[in-house]
Amino acid sequence: MVDLRVKLGRMELKNPVMTASGTFGYGTEYKDYVDLSRIGGIVVKGTTLRDRQGNAYPRMAETPSGMLNAVGLQNKGVDYFIDSIYPTIKNYDTSIFVNVSGSTIDDYIITAEKLNDLDKIPGIELNISCPNVKEGGMAFGTSCLSASQVVKAVRSVYKKELMVKLSPNVTDISEIALAVEAEGADSISLINTLLGMAINAEKRKPLLSTITGGLSGPAVKPIALRMVWQVANAVKVPVVGMGGIMNATDAIEFMLAGASAIQIGTANFIDPFVSEKVLVGIEDYLIRHKLSSVNELIGALEI
Amino acid sequence: MLDLVVKDNLKLNDQYFLLILSGNKALPNMLPGQFVEVRVDNTPNAFLRRPISINFIDYQRNELWLLIQIVGEGTRKLSEIKSNDILNLLLPLGNSFTIPNRHNINVLLVGGGVGIAPLLYLGYKLQEKGVNCHFLLGGRSKDNLLQLKQFSEYGKVYTTTEDGTHGEKGFVTNHSVLSTKFDFIYTCGPTLMMKAVANFAKQNNIECEVSLENTMACGFGACLCCVTDSIDGHVCVCTEGPVFNISKLKW
Repeated sequence: MVDLRVKLGRMELKNPVMTASGTFGYGTEYKDYVDLSRIGGIVVKGTTLRDRQGNAYPRMAETPSGMLNAVGLQNKGVDYFIDSIYPTIKNYDTSIFVNVSGSTIDDYIITAEKLNDLDKIPGIELNISCPNVKEGGMAFGTSCLSASQVVKAVRSVYKKELMVKLSPNVTDISEIALAVEAEGADSISLINTLLGMAINAEKRKPLLSTITGGLSGPAVKPIALRMVWQVANAVKVPVVGMGGIMNATDAIEFMLAGASAIQIGTANFIDPFVSEKVLVGIEDYLIRHKLSSVNELIGALEI
Repeated sequence: MLDLVVKDNLKLNDQYFLLILSGNKALPNMLPGQFVEVRVDNTPNAFLRRPISINFIDYQRNELWLLIQIVGEGTRKLSEIKSNDILNLLLPLGNSFTIPNRHNINVLLVGGGVGIAPLLYLGYKLQEKGVNCHFLLGGRSKDNLLQLKQFSEYGKVYTTTEDGTHGEKGFVTNHSVLSTKFDFIYTCGPTLMMKAVANFAKQNNIECEVSLENTMACGFGACLCCVTDSIDGHVCVCTEGPVFNISKLKW
């Protein structure tokens, strides 16, 4: 038996395979496909203080080996989550994180405070990187100052695992990572989507209602891998890697680059069973390489 | 998720083909109006699955039919698929059309272009219930009118073409059969056509269901990409639909 447990800041995951926010609903959407108790962690849909209808249709455009989305954080707000969704998911035998987003620092603080009281939510993922909202979101994650401010503010009210999700739409992602680490982030997840665009040439129109959107899928994987490697080399807190992971080999590459855990995103749409398959593939790899613990993979890239 | 074997890929004309799929195990129960998500292999440009409505299910032969129009690289790849190839599908997805509880009522099924696809299985199910089906099928030209023979097995078929090459010339909403009294209308096709049909239904106080199409990433309510504006706000076409009663839509 290989040991799949990994440490993530102040907590432990049963294994390093997580599912990424916005691609796995609240887990319930997948319970016919995946044994949720097998997954290391689920990051549920981006949650904001108030109800958001999200952006107008069309919100999605397929691109080579990837997709652009402009959903815009459609959700029913944190109170609805607490009253109506949390009771239905709290007994899932996995670590459930809530992805938290906001337009103002106060939004983040109030939302995080409310979630702090939920017993079965061991952590939040602070989303300072959503490219699809007009105010807040990515704006917080693209400067060291604003990233520091929002992390500091949330840290002062949120007592459990604080994972901060970074935007790749910056000049130097290590600087931002260091800034959020300094303000008390327990772990850092990256990358959120890359800002992109698609055009219908015949109609001379953008394919998304918002003109630009977030690119995900295998198309972004080399960039994500590079950024995870850079950040893992810069900070001491654990890093959670994501960006175009489609299979176990991709996941292992992220761990070798320095990720303590990984998140599977867009791949869930094409193969709703993929998270379990990735876990099995990681186990097979460990056995094949005669490794007793998945921790031996973290940052084990040989240069 | 299911791997099905391609029994046949019938080229109907330059634009349309019919995939007949089967499997070793009995097909699961599927309802008229539901859809499948087909994985397209061997092309980076069709990264996501393709949502395709269920055209027909023959449980005796254990066959699932998918009527597909070639619109881009994904559907073009699917059109090249050969007998005995394997297709990976998620199914069945979405809600279904309402089958009325009353017998001997007149229902109108209005389809345009490839939007006729879900109406064939619906017609079969309605006829089985003793409902009188009237199929009103429209297309740009006679090449866009498909499966007329199959439709005629489940009810009366009326056609319109914009160029007058088949049936009445013009749009479905101008067809003379609309002067008949109908108890229920179902429609699937281009949005403008469905809106016109919905409008006709509203004016005449007839209950009406439409089957919407949208670009989807997942097909099962996780990505929130395929929303439509309803009286309840943005709702996913894949899970709240694809079939909507027009009273729910902001049309």
